[in-house]
Amino acid sequence: MTKLWKKYILWFAQEHVDFRVAEFESLVKLFGLQFRNLSEHRLKPFWLVEFPNDETALQYASRSIALRSIIELYSHAHTLTEFHRRLRAHVDLQQEPLKECFKADSFKITVETYNKHFSQQEKVEKIETMDYLPIEGTVDLKKPQVEWWYLEFWGLDPTAVPETPEDILFGRMMAQGQRHLIKQLSLKQRKFIGNTSMDAQLSLLMANQAMVRDGDLVFDPFVGTGSLLVSAAKFGGYVLGADIDFMMVHARCRPSRITQKVRDKDESIRANLQQYGCADRYMDVLVADFSNPLWHRRITFDSIITDPPYGIREATEKVENKFNPKENTRTAAMAHYPSTSHYSLQHLYADLLQFGATHLKLGGRLVCWLPFHREDYSEAMLPQHTHLRLVANSEQQLTGNTARRLLTYEKHMEYIEVTSSSDSVTQLAASSAQEFRDRYFNANGALESRQERRMRKAALREQGRQEMEMRGKTPSDGRAKKCDLNKARFN
Amino acid sequence: MKLSTYNFLTSMAIKGVKVGYPLKLTINKKDVIESEFNPVFIERLLPKLDWSAVYGAAQVAELAEDIPAAQPENIAEDEQLLQRLHHLLFEIDVLEGQLECPETGRIFPIADGIPNMLLNEDEV
Repeated sequence: MTKLWKKYILWFAQEHVDFRVAEFESLVKLFGLQFRNLSEHRLKPFWLVEFPNDETALQYASRSIALRSIIELYSHAHTLTEFHRRLRAHVDLQQEPLKECFKADSFKITVETYNKHFSQQEKVEKIETMDYLPIEGTVDLKKPQVEWWYLEFWGLDPTAVPETPEDILFGRMMAQGQRHLIKQLSLKQRKFIGNTSMDAQLSLLMANQAMVRDGDLVFDPFVGTGSLLVSAAKFGGYVLGADIDFMMVHARCRPSRITQKVRDKDESIRANLQQYGCADRYMDVLVADFSNPLWHRRITFDSIITDPPYGIREATEKVENKFNPKENTRTAAMAHYPSTSHYSLQHLYADLLQFGATHLKLGGRLVCWLPFHREDYSEAMLPQHTHLRLVANSEQQLTGNTARRLLTYEKHMEYIEVTSSSDSVTQLAASSAQEFRDRYFNANGALESRQERRMRKAALREQGRQEMEMRGKTPSDGRAKKCDLNKARFN
Repeated sequence: MKLSTYNFLTSMAIKGVKVGYPLKLTINKKDVIESEFNPVFIERLLPKLDWSAVYGAAQVAELAEDIPAAQPENIAEDEQLLQRLHHLLFEIDVLEGQLECPETGRIFPIADGIPNMLLNEDEV
């Protein structure tokens, strides 16, 4: 049976390399695909794999964001002479199955080189070295019936390009991956975005990690502008979101586009889904505080995809009972905005995992980001829960010393109430996530704390104002200006 | 807010509230947004629904004659009922209205189709 398996080249975009393996494994599980690995090296822009048939290969390509294209392998070698010998042998041996391709009316050969540039003339010369191929059709660069790819890999290090290519590959181009979706869902053209909207590529990768399929119920408890819901809905999920920020959920927060002074009336998460033709997948968004229970126990989600606030661009907040010695002067008729207090990342992740353990279906996935300082990363700092198994963990570097990891958990056992929920969640190391914000803003080990700096700056401003008054100038009222701007957002 | 979402919301976050379900729904303004009927999704959602809250929502939405008061057996085979459930649960959008906690009477307003489930700091 093994002879029937076919070899394929997976040609990847060399971007977010750390997410590639996790995505491949998720898609293999999503579609229940069989495969055999042929390449050990995980950083190269291509892998060689074996699939039992073309359908399997195409199924993988139908969802992959990391993949540029999938190519049916004809020949692979580390030297040119060996490459041509193998290609001739393959063409001789597979005469019958390949006949149809070689007999096609029109064809095109694409030359792709990695880490070394070649002129058009040189590329044509490379094509001409394969003149022994029994191609019968004519060249058609626009709409060829058959397309072959000739690939040369010249190492990963641009400062040490080898004398000869490390890998030479040739094969028939079968299908593109789904990278066109990155452009289609680009934030640049999206109706409603905010400061922390996730870029299209990463949000699509997250939906793949969550194995979203048609008819799934997907929830984002920190929905913001709904950027994660867009890609989940694109893959057929019915999406539900919640956020503590009233202004954000109602799309009345300050616009984040530099050209935009006031939010358009019709901006909303629903409008985003409409823009991409998946308005049918919109369930609801609501204003709610994640730290308090809201959902009935019976609701189960197929997946939870979320990007919790790190306290850098969006505040980490929750509503909390506070001891208040003052008389409550609020009346029922008055609008009241609950005061929020800091929601430490440690507690936030503990709540998130607990929520996943109770509200995910068995086998459902929780996909979320965890920010951290690179110097203190260790496996031990990742939040854990007895009912959730960590199945993937990929890093994206943010700045020189900060990064975030995309964590994928899978619920592997039915939830049974335990007396103390803290038993089932191991806490994050206090020095890591909890202090993420403080350390982020104090990265250079500055001597003064954030509070001290704020007081010093305020004193400086006060001094400046006094000097201005002494010179007989009236300072402009910045506060009034800000209030006017806020009012304008509601008109 | 869609009536499917309504079926899952509770007010148990309020201090002292044990069940907080079902919330008392009032509809002041609603909209009907047609959407594609997806029998697979409805069937997957059905076992998660609380039928008394489905029927309660149908009464408030003035669609009670479409929905039986008790959950019938083998709903999946009744295409017409599935269509009606689809209309009730996914096509009716409550734009203005309120949700009331059955135990404390605390009111959660719904504005622009978005329920505000936030509590004040002295209520949690």
